[in-house]
Amino acid sequence: MIPVNFAYCRPGTPEEAVQAYEGYEKAGKKTWYYGGGSEIISMARVGSITPEAVVDLKEIPACCELKEEGGHINMGGALSLRAIADSQCFPLLGKAVGRIADHTNQCRITLGGNLCGTIIYREAVLPLLLAEAQVSLQGPSGVRRLPLQEVFDGRMQLLPGEFILKVHVPKRYASMPYFHVKKAPTEKIDYPAVSLAAIIEKGRLRIAFAGICTYPFRSKEMEEALNDTGMTIEQRLNKAVELLPEEPADDAHCSRGYRQLLFENMVGQALMELSKASEAGAGA
Amino acid sequence: MMEYNEERCVIELQVNGLARQVMVRPADILLDVLRQELGLTGAKPGCKNGDCGACTVIMDGWPVKSCLVLAVEAVGHQIMTVEGLGASGGKTSSKSSSAGTSAGSSSGNADSGTGNGSGNGNGADSGYIDPVQAAFVQANAFQCGYCTSGFLMVCHALANQKPDAEEYEIESWLESNLCRCTSYQEVRQAVDIMLGRS
Amino acid sequence: MGGTIGLNVKRKEAWAKVTGQAKYTDDFPTVGHYTARLLTSPYAHARIISIDKTDALSIKGVKAVITGEDYPNFCGPLLLDRPAIANQIARYAGEPVAMAIAVDEATAALAAAAVKVEYEVLPAVFTPQEAMKPAAPLVHENIGKYGHAAEDINPRPNSNISSYFPVRKGNMTEGWSNSQVTIEQEFFLPPSDHLAMEVRAARAEISKDGMVTITTSSQAPFEVRKQIAECFQVPAGNIRVLVPFVGGGFGGKAPVMQELLAYIASREVAGKPVRLVMDRKEDLTAAPSRAGLSARIKLGATKEGLLQAAELTFWLDNGAYTDIGPYMVKAIAADCTGPYRVDNLHCDAYGVYTNHTYATSCRSFSHESLTFCIERAMDLLAEKLAMDPLKLRMVNAITAGHYTPTQVLGTFSNLGNLPACISRLQEMTDWQEGPPVQITADTVRAKGMACFWKAATPPTNAPSGALITFNPDGSLNLNTGVVEMGSASQSHLAQMLADKLGISDDQVHVVLEVDTRLNPVHYKTVASITSYIAGRAVMRAAEDILAQLRKMGAEALSCFPEDIEIKQSRVYARQNPDIYIEFKDIVMGYKDVFGNSIGEPVVGRGTSMFKGLSNLNPKTGKGQSGPAWTVGAQAVEVEMDLRDYTYRIIHAYSVMDVGNLINPEGMSGSVRGGMSMGISMASRENFSYAKNGRGEMTTPSLRSYKALHIGEEPIYELDFVETPQLDAPYGMRSMSEHGIIGMPAALANALSKACGVAFNQLPLKPEDLWRTATGTGAVAEPMMAPDAAVAGAAAGDAAGADASAAAFAAGAGFAEGGIQ
Ligand SMILES: Cc1cc2nc3c(=O)[nH]c(=O)nc-3n(C[C@H](O)[C@H](O)[C@H](O)COP(=O)(O)OP(=O)(O)OC[C@H]3O[C@@H](n4cnc5c(N)ncnc54)[C@H](O)[C@@H]3O)c2cc1C
Ligand code: FES
Ligand code: FES
Repeated sequence: MIPVNFAYCRPGTPEEAVQAYEGYEKAGKKTWYYGGGSEIISMARVGSITPEAVVDLKEIPACCELKEEGGHINMGGALSLRAIADSQCFPLLGKAVGRIADHTNQCRITLGGNLCGTIIYREAVLPLLLAEAQVSLQGPSGVRRLPLQEVFDGRMQLLPGEFILKVHVPKRYASMPYFHVKKAPTEKIDYPAVSLAAIIEKGRLRIAFAGICTYPFRSKEMEEALNDTGMTIEQRLNKAVELLPEEPADDAHCSRGYRQLLFENMVGQALMELSKASEAGAGA
Repeated sequence: MMEYNEERCVIELQVNGLARQVMVRPADILLDVLRQELGLTGAKPGCKNGDCGACTVIMDGWPVKSCLVLAVEAVGHQIMTVEGLGASGGKTSSKSSSAGTSAGSSSGNADSGTGNGSGNGNGADSGYIDPVQAAFVQANAFQCGYCTSGFLMVCHALANQKPDAEEYEIESWLESNLCRCTSYQEVRQAVDIMLGRS
Repeated sequence: MGGTIGLNVKRKEAWAKVTGQAKYTDDFPTVGHYTARLLTSPYAHARIISIDKTDALSIKGVKAVITGEDYPNFCGPLLLDRPAIANQIARYAGEPVAMAIAVDEATAALAAAAVKVEYEVLPAVFTPQEAMKPAAPLVHENIGKYGHAAEDINPRPNSNISSYFPVRKGNMTEGWSNSQVTIEQEFFLPPSDHLAMEVRAARAEISKDGMVTITTSSQAPFEVRKQIAECFQVPAGNIRVLVPFVGGGFGGKAPVMQELLAYIASREVAGKPVRLVMDRKEDLTAAPSRAGLSARIKLGATKEGLLQAAELTFWLDNGAYTDIGPYMVKAIAADCTGPYRVDNLHCDAYGVYTNHTYATSCRSFSHESLTFCIERAMDLLAEKLAMDPLKLRMVNAITAGHYTPTQVLGTFSNLGNLPACISRLQEMTDWQEGPPVQITADTVRAKGMACFWKAATPPTNAPSGALITFNPDGSLNLNTGVVEMGSASQSHLAQMLADKLGISDDQVHVVLEVDTRLNPVHYKTVASITSYIAGRAVMRAAEDILAQLRKMGAEALSCFPEDIEIKQSRVYARQNPDIYIEFKDIVMGYKDVFGNSIGEPVVGRGTSMFKGLSNLNPKTGKGQSGPAWTVGAQAVEVEMDLRDYTYRIIHAYSVMDVGNLINPEGMSGSVRGGMSMGISMASRENFSYAKNGRGEMTTPSLRSYKALHIGEEPIYELDFVETPQLDAPYGMRSMSEHGIIGMPAALANALSKACGVAFNQLPLKPEDLWRTATGTGAVAEPMMAPDAAVAGAAAGDAAGADASAAAFAAGAGFAEGGIQ
């Protein structure tokens, strides 16, 4: 039960969505784009947010698109996580989103909602960062398409009235060898203590994390260090810890020390995968 | 464009194959509307936060947690609740031809609308017994029964969407639901019976 | 007898539960109901300076706002220490401080949030250890002035001790001097939750002539009637309590809470029907929880491992109000040694007030906690003795001829056969001594075991009853005061009744909902005592029916009543079985071929009340607090990854002496369910509280409070021993709670063995194991050490940066930025 009232609309085109958004805002209503609603409903229920209007993006055909085009896989911002996972279009992404919340929730949670949500993990972003994905953002002044990295800085940096129309993943990344682990403190169905996604591109590791810090990230410096065969595994691990963008998170969900332990073990595993892959590569 | 700007509005929902008109606030969640406006109390609130699965219903063939769906979002979509299993036409596809009837017949005849007061409310609705219901009874896959509708809906959707689901897939579907009474071993067994695997 | 015993009869309400027809408290139409919502205290301990209802009352649709001052009456099952709404002082974070009643739920929620409360924060105590310190802040200033509903609980004025039970037996000096080996260890279990999937709900309405109707998700409808009558001076005859299906209770719905609130809510709006549903956060924080326990265990044994002495101290974390806590303390005292013979014994068991959510009975009435302490201690002793822990248990197992801690003489009837359970467990688990088994470079497997015993601790005169009526088809209706909450107790009663009357099980209809005006009184559906005490009532009612049928049958068939046989729903004379009368023709009274009226309609009645129980002697504990014990032996096998202390529970085993396995599948389901709950509780569940001066719970949602999901369960293997309890119907022992009892200890023993590190507190989350094993900061909560002041906040627990704590508190999970 959500105690406050809000208006609801379900546009059929991106332009309609923007118009509706602007219309509500002009009328003085605090407006939210609405994906799966999982976060909006639960936060509105407890009074953390008090939306006055929501614009449901799920029935805009462009937002539900899933197709290959010009070397890219285009994914609509309102696609459900389950649809993405079931499609197997990008197995690493499928793995990552298949570990968000639970299967039933994945039938509702949208890609755009996960990327733009308040809940700090946003695990769907990890494979996208590794794959140099681009995003198309629909806003009052039309669509802009740009690399995800440019608008993702721990969280999405959208302009007022903008929403994620599509995500574009270069196809070649979708089939590269990958590695994904998510460890929660106890339950499988839980927020991560640490979540790791990696791609091995021509013997080089690309790696991104959620959970270990208070926001998800991919760190090129850390990748440099991890790929530096001049260092021992242990040195590389130490360096990775040093290169964390902030100290490991420390909260009621999981302590700093234990997160760090998991981080080191998981990165160690990723390095083993890397060396396995390069051995296989050398053998071939 | 579909739009609901009023504090209260009348919407039409397709529930268990019937068109139902209800008056709702756009902020009302589907769970509350099903229960309070339509009297379909099979879907249960256990957390209203997406965590327990007791409120699960099926929307266009897929399980959803009705506490995290607005009633207005359901407009234009097919909703199925536990009340729609069996008699009202929702049929779990099943490879086992016997599951539906064997458990049903072993437990006496129909006795519809018995509610709680019945001693031998053994029969479900006088019509068809869905294999998933029969399997849950056969495997003792519930005790207090509060989580049961949610599990049934997930299993029903699973049987229709992925009748060949492997063990890990079954597990990942069922992880969406909590049961505090059983050990889950019984639920697994029920799924096996439903899918004709035991 | 009819031969229904031993069959896998399905539960009576099975079809209602798979069709959505089963109705729980909040499943009835809400039309015409007002809705009440609570405002709860954000502070663990605070004085309420002022409450301003103006804004709340000005919202359209709001009917009333109630605060503690409006209903200052104290309630409680044993000690009258709790008002329905906090009055002047809030004693735990989550305690109701105001209630808004409005035309609908949304309005009520807005109104509750609009009530302005000004608090003065008071120092709080969060562990029994803090609460026992001489200068500790008092949770209750006036313990001495509270009324008592039970006389034997011994609260201590000017302290936080809310109850006390000692046990003294034998000669301690002798015991210690006979002991070549001793161990001493402290144990700690945090509070946690029952987590029934149905949240607590109640409805109330009061008619113009003062008739009160309460519908509630309660295990104790008759206690609801009693407490409302006593607390609010309503004649008990004016109160009708209805309980439909209950979506899990586990002891958590035995207290009376939401009913009191619903009652005063209705009273405040001129008796209009009011509905109150706690949301999950309130169900976790406001409603009573499972108690925490701290203990110090000292055991002495000969070098052969025979126990010689035990010195045991238990401090039950009762939270802010006693509820049934004192009787849990009593139960701990009565069974304090675990199922072992200890002739020299010194035990002190305390109930302690803290500023936690108040605690109540939870599946097994604290025996899972007691057992954790004792069974970990037994493993520590075995280690020191270099003895197989299974063997140590075997040589000390209590059995016929031994005396219990409270000096009850053991018999096979009252104790069952623990050695048989241990032997069977040994075979099932292929129990081996020796180190853990290495699986890969980083993983090992190990097994751990635990034995348990438990007797119920009901009031010495707890009652039950059964009333049986017939239908024209010869089938019958069984009415008891037993609540259907999943344990299938009514179905088991029906099975016994069918057998006793020689009819088939489907001829017994069970009235599954309870109405306190129709159903005979039954103490509470708790403590697994149903099969015993309600079973005895049902057996008596069956005798009553048989006597009536014999009398009528004799008259109708012209024979002696002693010759009458009753089988397969037929009445006949033994010497002439071909001439019989069907039940349908006689149970409504008989009319012979000449039209003569013979006899009258049959109604069976039977009641019962515990016999032979006594209070415990206040100095020595001598006395009999329960009718009989149920014993068992359990084990788990774990596979642990030594790199990060994560583990999988591979197998869980249980052997229990149930007296008579009357429904193998149904009873196995109860045992497995209990084991599952024990595994979940031990491996991941605990309430934690912010160490920020406010003391709010940081686990107030199912997002942050984790319970076991499918996929994490072990393979269960069960077996049973059947040593009849002679005074129980069909010899069947209590069993529906007991699956939980040994699990936490067995898990801790297995993990301790796998890791080579002693894990002496719960929960056993990988992170906690890592801390203990590596000494990385103290474990989650400080240990109990009542004499020495012990370290305060532990490193890792300082966690929960404020923003995240607030996010958790808001129940939505872990979001960025504060959630108000
Ligand atoms: C039970 C449960 C468990 C969870 N566990 C995890 C987990 O393990 N890991 C994890 O990463 N997350 C987890 N989450 C968070 C979950 O992923 C979020 O709820 C989800 O990100 C929200 O997606 P949604 O589509 O439901 O978004 P909504 O609730 O609709 O929206 C969330 C936010 O995103 C905005 N938004 C939605 N769509 C768009 C768009 N296309 N463009 C721009 N903005 C948009 C909305 O305005 C809003 O601010 C969990 C959630 C639940 C309910
Ligand atoms: S009530 Fe919807 S998931 Fe719990
Ligand atoms: S049967 Fe009670 S919660 Fe599943």
